[in-house]
Order: sequence, then C-alpha cells, then structure tokens
Amino acid sequence: MVLDNITRQILELLEDNAKLAPEEIAVMLDIDVAEVQGIIRELEDKKAILSYMTLINWEKVGEEKVSALIEVRITPQRDVGFDAVAERIYRFPEVRSMRLMSGTYDLAVFLEGRSMKEVSHFVSTKLATIEGVVSTTTHFVLKTYKQDGVIMEDGEEDRRLMISP
Amino acid sequence: MTQTNWSDKVNPVVRNLPPSGIRKFFDLVAETRGVISLGVGEPDFVTPWHIREACIYSLEKGYTMYTSNWGLLELREAVAADLARTYNVNYNPRNEILITVGVSEALDLAMRVLLQPGDEVLIPEPSYVSYAPCTTLAGGVPVFMPTGMENGFRISAEQVQASITPRTKVLLLCYPNNPTGAVMDREELAKIAEVAVANDLMVISDEIYDRLTYTGRHTCMSSLPGMRERTVLLNGFSKAYAMTGWRVGYAAGHPEIIGAMTKIHQYSMLCTSITAQMAALEALKNGQPGMRRMVEHYNRRRHLVVQSFKDMGLPCFEPGGAFYAFPQVTGTGLTSEEFAEQLLKQEQVALVPGNAFGGSGEGFVRVSYAASIDDLSEAFRRMTRFVRRCGVRPRVISAPVKISGSQSARIEGICQTI
Repeated sequence: MVLDNITRQILELLEDNAKLAPEEIAVMLDIDVAEVQGIIRELEDKKAILSYMTLINWEKVGEEKVSALIEVRITPQRDVGFDAVAERIYRFPEVRSMRLMSGTYDLAVFLEGRSMKEVSHFVSTKLATIEGVVSTTTHFVLKTYKQDGVIMEDGEEDRRLMISP
Repeated sequence: MTQTNWSDKVNPVVRNLPPSGIRKFFDLVAETRGVISLGVGEPDFVTPWHIREACIYSLEKGYTMYTSNWGLLELREAVAADLARTYNVNYNPRNEILITVGVSEALDLAMRVLLQPGDEVLIPEPSYVSYAPCTTLAGGVPVFMPTGMENGFRISAEQVQASITPRTKVLLLCYPNNPTGAVMDREELAKIAEVAVANDLMVISDEIYDRLTYTGRHTCMSSLPGMRERTVLLNGFSKAYAMTGWRVGYAAGHPEIIGAMTKIHQYSMLCTSITAQMAALEALKNGQPGMRRMVEHYNRRRHLVVQSFKDMGLPCFEPGGAFYAFPQVTGTGLTSEEFAEQLLKQEQVALVPGNAFGGSGEGFVRVSYAASIDDLSEAFRRMTRFVRRCGVRPRVISAPVKISGSQSARIEGICQTI
C-alpha cells in the first residue's frame, strides 16, 4: 500500500482524535465520505490501523493503578530467537506493552496492576519462572508525565481573550 | 481653583477617534458564562516549544540588553533570506529591513512616514479595525473601497483607479484578508500594481497572513514589476508561528522609507525586545515544519466551517486564506450586531459583528476557526439551533454534494431536536 497524501492525512487525524467520524473527515479533507470510509476499511484490513484507543489519566478519576517497567534478559532459542519466549510473556493480560531492546537487557515489559504486591507477585511467579528468562529487574513507575505523545498534566489551557480584533 | 476640563487636555484627533466597534460586544462577552469563542483573531496553538525553549536559553545566556534600533542583524538577515527564498524579492538586511513591535507598530510607522495632513489612503473594506484609526492619527484621510461577497471581497484595478484623487498617497492592502479571508491572485494584483505605478502611489502591503494561504500561492506585492521600491512590505511572526504575544513584526522597503521609519522607532520603541527577537530567529531557522502542520490544521477546519454554514442555510464566502470565515446573516432578519448579541445571549457563542470592520461588513459576522474541532462542532450545533429559530431553513442536501447521507441525517437530527 502506497501512502498517499490523503491517506496520511486521514491517519494523522485519527491518531490525533479517534472520535472523528468519516463524515467529518470527508468535509475536512474536501473528499467524498465513501472514499474516506474505503481508505479506513483498507487500513483496518491491512492492520495499519490496529485499534482506536482512549488515553485515560486514571488518577483523575481516583483509580489507583501501579505500573512497572521490567527489564528482562532471556536466552534466545534456535530458529525463533527471542520470539517464542516473548510471546509467552506478552500474552499475559497484565502486560500492557513490550518491546525487544538493544543494550544490556532484551525485553522492556510494561506491566499494570492494582497494587505493588500484585505486580511483584506476577513478576516472581509468572514472569521470572518462564524457561529462558535469565533475569528480571523491576522499576516501579512513580509518575507518568507523558504517554503516547500526550502530556498528562498539560497546563497549556487556552489563555486567549474571548474576543480580539 | 478653576475646574479642569480633562477632555480638553486630550488631543482632539485622539478624542474624536471612534472606539473599536467591538468594545461594547467585548464587555457583553466578558459577563456571559460558558461561552465558546469564535471571536479570537489569533492562533489557538501555543508557540511551538522549540521557539519557547530558544527564548529561555537566550535568557539563560544573558541576552537581556538593547539591540540595534533596526533589530538584531542576524534576525534581519534571516528575514531577508526568507523573503528571497519564498518570493524571490531581495532586501538588504542592513538598511531595508526594520524589526518592529508587531506589524501594528510597523503600520503606524509607515503611515507617519508617508502621510502629510490631508493625504488620502485607499483601504479595501471590510478592513482590519486599526487601518482607519492609524491613518487618521497620522493626519491622513481614510478612503474606503467597499467590497462584497459577490466579488469575493476583492478589489479591482478599476476600483482603485476610480478612487484616486489628487490627494491619494497610499494604497493599503491586506491579503489574505482579515476579516473576510479573501485572497487576490497574481494577475489581479499585477493590474493594481500598474495603477499604483501610473499614479505614483505608495503601497503598504500587510502580509501578516501570507503563510496561511490555502488556495494557490500567495503573491508578495513587492515581487511585482515596479513594486519593490514603492511597497512597504509588512509582515511578522504572530499568525504563522503562533507568536501573537511576542510582538515581533518587520517592515521591508526602500532605504529612504525604512530609514525614516527607523528614526521614529528609535525615539519611541527604541528596539524590539531582544528576547522576542531571539525567539523569532529560532522560528525562522527551524519553525517551518511546525508552521506547515498548523496551516494544515487550519485548512481542515476551514472546510468544516464553510460546509457547516452552507448546511445551516447561511451563505458563506469560501475564504482562501487567514483563519476567518465571513458568513452572511441577513437571512435571519437580524443586523450583524443583533445576530452576534442574540447568539451570545441565547447560545453562548461569541463571534464578531461584521460592521466592526466598516460599513460594508454589515450583514456579516466574522468567525475565527482557530478553535478546536470539538469547540467548532459544539458552536455549530448551537448556531444551527439559533439560526433555525430565526426562520432560516437548513440547506436541502442532495446529490452530488460531498456529504454523506448519514451526515445529512445528523444535521437534520440536530434540527429536529429544537
């Protein structure tokens, strides 16, 4: 699939605001709504658009969540490298995201739980015991400043006057 | 003790200067709660971080002193390079470019340098609110050239020619235009330039919205044959780089004119704040990608706004630049001011009555689409309700317009809920 200008603009709009309806996008880009729907469907089919997510600051609604970054070192296996062990880890619902890294460890695993105890329990009983996992180092998240390009506590409200010439 | 008449202490020219047409409306907005404002003539983006960061860094490094009256040479060189690259017009940064406190100061300086008492200034109307007062303050006489939706709010060479008298000294242009969003193409401007040359007029060309041009390419007035010498080109950083509060603008033109403007500048402003100049320099050096992204956003909202007015049943001129729409509201049976006031009171949406921009703005309102998509959508829901109550029927949507059945149903749905 070749990324043309219209497709790029649709993706940017949706990445910025997944709530936008195809009808609104069509008007904004001055193209037919059927074309927008077609492009979005194609992007979804090709798994270019994977999901429409909402970024929530759970602290704002009083929900306590504990997040941790686990550095995991694993032993690669013949033919599949890191992938088989990686899959066993990322299939756990507690794992919110995971990436293979270069450097001193192999996998960066982001976990989310209701308490430190829950996260610790998961690491010690589920993660560390997987065959091929050599070591884990757990870092608890103290505060999230920015996630997915969004500043969590953005103080940049609209300070403009209500009317200006 | 004799009673002092304080009013008499004020220069009669200033005393008799009419207040801005939106002052009364401004107070009304201030006392209304829950207002969505589409009345703001400035970007809704905060100045991009790298520009702010450059300013912070300059303070850390101790850049807190005066600059040359003309402005930082490095900034003037960057401005000259930008004009050469964008419009192929070359200015000597040493004596043909002056950095000013916003375009507003540059306009005031240009008027004061060019005008003698009684000189006439031709101004297309509707016009930005400070053009006529600046003319008057400089001793000149504003002569308006009315434009309308039927001619795309553009002026013609014939209209300029017909407005010229022996006292005409200056032609003041602002395209892309505030408040209408109108743009002029190269051919039209070239004809006007010919009239300017033939009649020995100076042109003050306020091109503050030049980068916010969505249809075609902006034509820089001084790039036209014979115009470089007789144009005072005004531009700045407020709109394109979201830097309204920094107050940095510039004027480019003939050394005689710019030199004279610098004389007044050095006795009044002395120089533009170095902090703001350092930020402007960063904007010119590295601000192009961010600026293009902002323009893309405005363009998308522009489509949404024009379509929404059409659906609502209000004729709306399709703006080619700036970030304003200028819909006609006469169909509601209300004047510009009545429309703005009633809409504010009943639906808490603020916009600016068109007559604030002169007599030919009557019957229109200025809507700024420098607002979030969410705010625009909610404002248009409210406006649709209001306009419907005024008896305006929404447009019957039929093929082959570029709007879906579901959106048509949505719009109708909104109308049914009233």
